[in-house]
Amino acid sequence: MTHSTEPAPAGPPPVLSIPETGLVLLVGISGSGKSTFAAQHFKPTQVIASDYCRGLVSDDENDQGASTDAFALLHYIVNTRLRRGLLTVVDATNVQRKAREQLVRIAKDNDVLCSAIVLDVTETVARHRNKARTDRDFGDHVIARQRRDLRSNLRRLDKEGIRKVHILRGPEEISAATIALEKSWNDKRHLTGPFDIIGDVHGCRAELESLLTELGYRIESDPSGRAVGARHPEGRTAVFVGDLVDRGPDTPGVLRLAMGMIDSGDALCVSGNHEQKLARSLKGRKVRVSHGLAESLEQLAAQDDDFQRRATAFCDGLISHYVLDGGDLVVAHAGLKEEYHGRSSGRVRSFALYGDTTGETDEYGLPVRLPWAEQYRGRATVVYGHTPVPKAEWVNNTICLDTGCVFGGRLTALRYPEREIVDVAAEHTWYEPTRPFLDPGDSAPATGTVRDPGLLGISDLPAGADGADHPGGAVETAFGRVRVPGQNALAALEVMSRFAVDPRWLLYLPPTMAPAPTSADPALLERPAEALSYYRGEGVDRVVCQEKHMGSRAVAVVCRDEHAAARRFVPGTLGTVYTRTGRPFFRDPGTESAVLAELRSAITAAGLWAELDTDWLALDGELLPWSAKAAGLIRDQYASVGAAGRAALPAAQGVLRAAADRGLDVAALAGRVDRRLDGIEAFSAVYRRYTWDTDGPAGLRYAPFMVLAAEGADFSGRDHLWHMSVAERLAEAAPMVLPTRYLAVDTTDLHEADSADSWWRGLVSTGGEGMVVKPLGGPLTKGRKNLVQPGLKVRGPEYLRIIYGPDYLDPERLATLRDRRLGRKSGLALSEHKLGVESLARHARGEPLWRVHEPVFGALALESEPVDPRL
Amino acid sequence: MLLTISTTHQPATDLGYLLHKHPDRVQEFTQSHGTAHVFYPESHEHRCTAALLLEIDPQSLLRTRKSVSSPDFALAQYVNDRPFAASSLFAVALGDVFRTALKGRCTARPELPDRRLPLTLSLPAVPCRGGPEYARRLFEPLGWQVRTEPVPLDPGLPDWGDSRYVGLTLTGEHRLADALSHLYVLLPVLDGAKHYWVDDDEIEKLLRAGEGWLAGHPERAGITRRYLSRRNRLFRVAIARLAEVDDLDPGADDGGETPAITEEAPDKPPALAEQRAGAVLAALKAANARSVLDLGCGPGKLVGRLLDDPQFTQVTGVDVSQAAIQFAHDRLRVETMPAAQRSRLTLLTGSVVYRDDRFAGHDAAVLMEVIEHIDPSRLPAMEQVVFGRAAPRAVVVTTPNAEYNALYEGLDHDAMRHTDHRFEWDRARFESWAREVAATYGYQVRFLPVGHEDPQHGASTQMGVFHR
Repeated sequence: MTHSTEPAPAGPPPVLSIPETGLVLLVGISGSGKSTFAAQHFKPTQVIASDYCRGLVSDDENDQGASTDAFALLHYIVNTRLRRGLLTVVDATNVQRKAREQLVRIAKDNDVLCSAIVLDVTETVARHRNKARTDRDFGDHVIARQRRDLRSNLRRLDKEGIRKVHILRGPEEISAATIALEKSWNDKRHLTGPFDIIGDVHGCRAELESLLTELGYRIESDPSGRAVGARHPEGRTAVFVGDLVDRGPDTPGVLRLAMGMIDSGDALCVSGNHEQKLARSLKGRKVRVSHGLAESLEQLAAQDDDFQRRATAFCDGLISHYVLDGGDLVVAHAGLKEEYHGRSSGRVRSFALYGDTTGETDEYGLPVRLPWAEQYRGRATVVYGHTPVPKAEWVNNTICLDTGCVFGGRLTALRYPEREIVDVAAEHTWYEPTRPFLDPGDSAPATGTVRDPGLLGISDLPAGADGADHPGGAVETAFGRVRVPGQNALAALEVMSRFAVDPRWLLYLPPTMAPAPTSADPALLERPAEALSYYRGEGVDRVVCQEKHMGSRAVAVVCRDEHAAARRFVPGTLGTVYTRTGRPFFRDPGTESAVLAELRSAITAAGLWAELDTDWLALDGELLPWSAKAAGLIRDQYASVGAAGRAALPAAQGVLRAAADRGLDVAALAGRVDRRLDGIEAFSAVYRRYTWDTDGPAGLRYAPFMVLAAEGADFSGRDHLWHMSVAERLAEAAPMVLPTRYLAVDTTDLHEADSADSWWRGLVSTGGEGMVVKPLGGPLTKGRKNLVQPGLKVRGPEYLRIIYGPDYLDPERLATLRDRRLGRKSGLALSEHKLGVESLARHARGEPLWRVHEPVFGALALESEPVDPRL
Repeated sequence: MLLTISTTHQPATDLGYLLHKHPDRVQEFTQSHGTAHVFYPESHEHRCTAALLLEIDPQSLLRTRKSVSSPDFALAQYVNDRPFAASSLFAVALGDVFRTALKGRCTARPELPDRRLPLTLSLPAVPCRGGPEYARRLFEPLGWQVRTEPVPLDPGLPDWGDSRYVGLTLTGEHRLADALSHLYVLLPVLDGAKHYWVDDDEIEKLLRAGEGWLAGHPERAGITRRYLSRRNRLFRVAIARLAEVDDLDPGADDGGETPAITEEAPDKPPALAEQRAGAVLAALKAANARSVLDLGCGPGKLVGRLLDDPQFTQVTGVDVSQAAIQFAHDRLRVETMPAAQRSRLTLLTGSVVYRDDRFAGHDAAVLMEVIEHIDPSRLPAMEQVVFGRAAPRAVVVTTPNAEYNALYEGLDHDAMRHTDHRFEWDRARFESWAREVAATYGYQVRFLPVGHEDPQHGASTQMGVFHR
């Protein structure tokens, strides 16, 4: 590097390598051509110019008095872009150390690398260019000072925390230079696997060989029989989470095998804290020989020099984390929080090697770690090791594979993307742990942290639930984004907190259901024809009409045993039954467990555990009678109206008769009173049908109409004939289960449409509530654009008396009521449906609780939306 | 919907003059919610009966609603007893149709209004919250002989017993104007239901109508309270809607406002709530807490007391109900608070069962009468959020002592002090819970009685003070 002011001697045009996602400082005096250079090599949005910011805050790009505000704005923009992982170029003179310092700090805060491109031109060139510009009138002394500033510390730029400094001398070199964006070392997004990620080996070579064999790798040996490589016939890649070395019996053997696999492209390896320390020690630095380092040093000392050199270089050159598979997979020795994925800085490396430590130590002298995984909310799967746990378990899309092989535990691998665990047992307890690590009967991992994936955070909820005045958030579903207004989220927060069952049970909340479009027949509000025509219009040819039971909606989650409940839901339970808003259905735990027991035995008798390969099952259905849950409502609301009518109307009839006897003309009024009394009697007949005595579980009936989910399965893709057949088998097995009558209908066949109409009339004439028309293909049936309504209810005219009032069939009342607006209700029904199928899908994929809770919470929030309750 | 007024005054037909309604005609009066009809089923010299029949148009009840977000946009109003019951709506019609008679004016027979007449008033369906006994307590002091007829809830469901309605017959000698004003004021009191469509002006009118007799009525306080309790609760709309979705009474979840008993110690003041707040303050001071998190702050009573004390430099009130936070904000007059005080206060909507970074960084947290509102199955989540995560140096928890309930009159055995309480613990249960929490999260705990202390049953409130 020469520092003359003369143009550089002609050579090949310089290629400047710049980190793809970092910060780039253009450094040069006014008139050195920074803006022109930036425009040539970067996108306009990537370049943040101080002049432009000056203009934004003062309407004058040259107003030096606005510099303080202009730079505050520039720093804000730079910080935001870097936080979002965008390449950012600062076009300012940056000749003063103080100006650069602030920008370097912002880069560090965002854990990205900072580089500088110095455009070094003579004062003459700069002065000449500035003169050509009418908007710049600062004197030559300014340029002279800038150049003095620049030259005074040009040589020390790389000591300021700037990783790469490129100096371009003179206009020719500047215009000849090209930029090469380089990926970060940790960016291996182009590698898509499949991978076999292997936990902490710690010198356990024999176990590693067994595990690789178990995984299907073929081990390659050298002439003396030592394993020097392994290859999977299907081209899988092994990924070591680090800590190959120390403590165990054969660190050199492990290194030989791992290094061979890495050299041949069969494996990747991230650095563990033990490799880091071993490398330091091998390089002759003074380190405390503890935690099994002594074993490594002793074993390595027995190896030849060449191997020692290779091992040192290998351990020293390891990268602290990798981002793989398009960004969906991150491997780091001690895990990595989302903000650090793909970033580079000292603290990112430290996190990746040691975890989120507090600096304190526990009673065993081991560092206290913060439970970063519990709060992890990232999209990428994070796989790590470092802290021995009794069993590899998923926590919020992260998993720790260190199952303490060297301490006599197991050596564990994760197949990705299959998410299968493969492990082998340790052959010995090779090393005694500092802290007891496998404490029988104690399921809590001995990590010094309480892991509780069952705890939700306020920030896991759609925006606005925290009371911050917020228009609301949105939930992304497989069928589009569903908006959740902030006010609704607040209502849901209160109800969820005060009344809901443990959120671990809530894998689904039933969506509201829209009624069929208003009947064209003026004597009715609803009838089947309009529902069939809706589906026909959506291009759905086959529907199923299901009898609508009048009870209360109930989701039943039935576990085969406590083990299933503890694994998937809540320990120490056997299931639960909850309502449309997630409340416990039964106040009395005895009734709940009796209902669950009967459902459990029905599932057993029907052979569903084996058939669906599960040890729990979630059903959606209707629990009868209505009075079981709604007795208070029936008494206070419905029966009371009947009582008042039956007391007042006959008395009115009496005085009207007396008045008529006196010759007064009250005939019209008397006629209306008579009709009202008829209305009241018909009205009372309706709710009486949905009322019968129950005593605990005795008298209860449960009519399931959909099998929601089982272990690893979500049944929204099955058609309704399957759901009905399961319900029938359950009904055969248990008297409590009530089958649902149904009729499959071709919407394009008018004869079938007629028979649907007669079928419906038959149901409602004997006191039924009506029916629900569903697309036969199941809840995921798509129509012209997206999902169709999962069901439309067609309620009977008598039933509707308890909704619209005893007299609603009076022709003039009915004429008014027919003008009902269904748009809002239908929209809500679809939005809640999308949330419902989303939560089931997330649950089936084994996603963490907060991911399942998000759409469930969203559905509850939408239920608080004001909509005509009669629909 | 129906009232008959009979008299045996001689000549009985004077009733027509008093009511300003001719006995031989059938008259109609348009009301805002329907049509009132007045006619005479009998009219003789010795006995005359007038009938007021109100036909309510259910659709008209709906038309008065202002928007879909008003609270009456609930299913309850489409199926309701207003067309049949003698409720506040009926009282309004009565006041309108018999306006002149209520004022005691009669131009044709000026001496009549001041005459006390033998009267029988009959109403077939009076909604009577508090039962027939309450009707007697309201009318008997005014000089009426009261007869009530129970109305069965549903003859088709005989086990369900009687409804809240009674057939009411009042007999006595009164000025007609007084008799009408008694009904006008007391029918809505008996009803006591929520009538969102009766606005505050109507209430004023009703109270004015009670002049002359309401002041001396032994049930005056109850009568007044029932009016005030009918104030609408607009802000609870969304919550009510979610209750309704579940076929529950939309008001059910307003449990926060309806204690089952007035929680007063037998030896009276200072009020238990005051003593509780005082004890919490003392514990916070003893812990030398400067920043305090009041979880479940409700309307902000404790928050206000904390702000009054300069020792507390940062006060954060949290409630799961946004309505409560809004109410606290208004009650504490946050908008007009001096800047120095305001800078010490933060009010947040948040939940103790959801982890929340905003809870961190406080010296002490208070759970004053909060844990008993949390389902036992959710307590572990609360413990983690408060003790595990927010982890202040001190946590003060108060909760009722169930043993003390025995000393509350009017509280049934096994009943709880509040409809929303999920449990009330005796001292042993509370202390074992607190010790377990303390052990799990590295705290020490000590216990203090709050309020009147009974030698056998202990204090009304129990308090645990956690330290780490």
